[in-house]
Amino acid sequence: MRYLPHTEEDIAAMLGAVGLESMDDLFSSVPHDCRMHGELDLPDPLTEWELDAFMNGLAGTMAGSPAYRIFMGAGSYSHYIPESLSYLLGRSEFSTAYTPYQPEISQGTLQGIYEYQTLVSRLLGMEVANASMYDGASALAEALLMALRITKRKRVAVSRLVHPHYRAAARTYLRPGGYEIVELPCLESGRTDIAGVSAIDDLAAVVIQSPNFFGCIEDLRAAGEAIREAGGLFIVTFTEPLAYGLFKNPGLQGADIVCGEGQSLGLPQSFGGPGLGMFACRMKDVRSMPGRLVGKTIDRDGKTGFVLTLATREQHIRREKANSNICTNSSLCALASAMYLASVGRTGIRELAALNYDKAAYLKRGLKEAGLTITFDSPTFNEFVVAFPRGLKNTYDTLLEKRIVAGLPLAPWYPEYADHALLCVTETMSREDMDVLIKEVRQ
Amino acid sequence: MKESQGTSGLILNEPLLWEKGKEGRIGFSMPRRDVVPSPLDKDLAGDGPDIPDLSEVDVVRHYTRLSQWNFGVDTGMYPLGSCTMKYNPKINEKLAALSGFACAHPLLPAELSQGALELMWRLERYLAEITGMDAVTLQPAAGAHGELTGMLIIHAYHAHRGSNRSKIIVPDTAHGTNPASASLCGFSSIGVPSSETGVVSPEAVEAVMDEETAGIMITNPNTLGLFEENIRRIADIVHAKGGLVYGDGANMNAVMGIVQMGKIGFDVMHLNLHKTFSTPHGGGGPGSGPVCVKDFLAPFLPVPRVLSDTGCYRLSEDFPESIGRMHAFHGNFGVMVKALCYIMTMGGEGLKQASSRAVLNANYIKENLKESLHLPYDRPCMHECVFSDRLQEAEKVTTLDMAKRLMDYGFHPPTIYFPLVVHGALMIEPTETESKEDLDRFIEAMRAIVKEAQDHPDRLKEAPRRPKVRRLDETAAARKPCLAG
Repeated sequence: MRYLPHTEEDIAAMLGAVGLESMDDLFSSVPHDCRMHGELDLPDPLTEWELDAFMNGLAGTMAGSPAYRIFMGAGSYSHYIPESLSYLLGRSEFSTAYTPYQPEISQGTLQGIYEYQTLVSRLLGMEVANASMYDGASALAEALLMALRITKRKRVAVSRLVHPHYRAAARTYLRPGGYEIVELPCLESGRTDIAGVSAIDDLAAVVIQSPNFFGCIEDLRAAGEAIREAGGLFIVTFTEPLAYGLFKNPGLQGADIVCGEGQSLGLPQSFGGPGLGMFACRMKDVRSMPGRLVGKTIDRDGKTGFVLTLATREQHIRREKANSNICTNSSLCALASAMYLASVGRTGIRELAALNYDKAAYLKRGLKEAGLTITFDSPTFNEFVVAFPRGLKNTYDTLLEKRIVAGLPLAPWYPEYADHALLCVTETMSREDMDVLIKEVRQ
Repeated sequence: MKESQGTSGLILNEPLLWEKGKEGRIGFSMPRRDVVPSPLDKDLAGDGPDIPDLSEVDVVRHYTRLSQWNFGVDTGMYPLGSCTMKYNPKINEKLAALSGFACAHPLLPAELSQGALELMWRLERYLAEITGMDAVTLQPAAGAHGELTGMLIIHAYHAHRGSNRSKIIVPDTAHGTNPASASLCGFSSIGVPSSETGVVSPEAVEAVMDEETAGIMITNPNTLGLFEENIRRIADIVHAKGGLVYGDGANMNAVMGIVQMGKIGFDVMHLNLHKTFSTPHGGGGPGSGPVCVKDFLAPFLPVPRVLSDTGCYRLSEDFPESIGRMHAFHGNFGVMVKALCYIMTMGGEGLKQASSRAVLNANYIKENLKESLHLPYDRPCMHECVFSDRLQEAEKVTTLDMAKRLMDYGFHPPTIYFPLVVHGALMIEPTETESKEDLDRFIEAMRAIVKEAQDHPDRLKEAPRRPKVRRLDETAAARKPCLAG
């Protein structure tokens, strides 16, 4: 076995050195009634070449571009990733290291994460970002727990236009603590109806997503003012951070905590994971923040270096009193997004975001001309909701036969929007691709 | 000793990203603009983030230089106790990056995602077999996320039975994340000391187990590297009072094919695919922490779950007692691909060999270093062994000093000051992928360091000398945090 270097001779010598006769003797401390009898029932081992063929077979059954035209986003976005990223992330000094507990020989990860924290703070307009969380949904759940800790209150309000899966994860995390989640309804414009927040007492936080699940850009400034008046923390979440290349960031508009999914910035979709939980807040709240943080310091010779810091917030020191139980994060994904942001740069991210916006506008116009209804008139980024007046199911299935995925049908999550789908267009979709869809739905 | 492995090659200094670059550069091939610009509401438009403009060459050199300041498993032996830093096979990386997997959208209809669903279904079945459990969720994104999932399942189980239990037993040899995971579910942790032999005694558990207690969280093998030999009796005591037994499977690398946790009293346990099943740690993630349960707890597993109907795979949310979602989608699929590749490469016999060689390696180190370092529990160990710095106290040399000196010799240090039950702990987990020669070099380096501690303690106090930076001022970093540039 190529991953196991021991020869028979090594094993004999090593058993001799520890004073044992057989490999089985190594497990003398395991009581007989705890031992497994017989062999594990697993398939016979494959060679490297057989494994390659098997996995290629599985991967080959998956629908993807260019065979399929997939107009689906909803929290997982198809964006181009520079080849330089996969090359750099494949550097095994990054990929095969552990959490940087020994800073002297982990400066690559540490400086890389410090830079990530900085770039994310700038992208979101916040003062401090942590070293990353698992994904957007768990980041939101942790943000709610943080707000409940800070305010010591028991109730939170979450917009119905926050990704339904993020809301589901938040429910899972908050249920045992007995916290209450109030849902804020959707206006006809496709934005959140914030009017109800003033009537909610014991309010710890309000969550708004922008662009929201229907793709609409929320009026964050107005929402923030209403929330501050009501006395809760203002949490902004997102699934498509590329939008902040073009639109005002949440920090500028008064958010206290900003969290969401960073997959768009240099990570493959990978059937939904690994993702990247981005998480940022104000410096005054940093000691209540979950997750790892990297800080700048100096070594004994006065040379600049980086370390994990503010660990007193964390589980390995405070155990049950910790801010969260997070131990690992998504370090390599954080590094990927920093590489991505560095590659596109300030000039590039604006241009790329504008291209996404313009392509979505093109498709919107085309579908409208083809007789479909664009449900909401609020500004959008690269996603929007479309109504299929003659019913969604038949059209959707017919398009599927032509290898077109016409977005995500909304009915399972929003029964009031039966016959509606959420469509997404990014820079990976050409005008020709969009024209095919427009042509197919016209008739 | 022969020439040390540790040396200093030419590595380059590199400024922070934003200290480089020039406005107007780009490191990205901008896709063709084939549509006209559309007007944008001025009130919503922003200025874009203040990030530097760099060329592709700038970016590649920057990160290549950074990478050279890091030590990984591919650099050398990384005996970080409790972390199972085994070799990460390269073919698995390639297969996880196949475009069919990497470009897969998680919400596509099941008929367009059969390969990914089959992969998840297989991995669940194989992990169930390895642990002796019945049902598995792959949704948790890391070990601590798995612990939280497991605790939520235990919470939901008791709530479903109409009982409101407020406590959970956590031995002092448990992982640091255990109490934090439990308190997220509103459980208060009841500590149980391990006995003088380093394992939990049934009497200690009996003394605290009552009908207010939801169960016990137990790491087996524990963080001293010892098998919890009383586990069956402990499980009986907990079960008799209506509690459940949670297993932290972070140390599963010791017992694959040797012990099936589901057959010796565990009701729910998590695994770390990034430890036992060879997926890389990525400098702190992404990981994956599947949770395995016995049949009676399966209804509480997170949704969606993968189902198979005569060779067709689909996802189902139709489990009304489920705790709900733990992740936006299905968990860290990319990590699952690599873990399944590993299991299919090793087979059952290969996994058993991996475990027994991991245990052989740890015992070999223990026997060879116990004359040099204090061994608090001189018993046969599993996959890791724990020493302390007691013998070095006279020279005022600490565990930290020895760990830092190991870097100069070209090794990543072991886990230090953990577990907390051993003062000045050095926790060494070599894993099965280190050869006898590598272990011998490590042993020789450790012995040389112990000798230096007597003859030249200043060399240890001044260590490390060879890495890019020397010891860093962590106190200053925490006192006046500088977290962004």
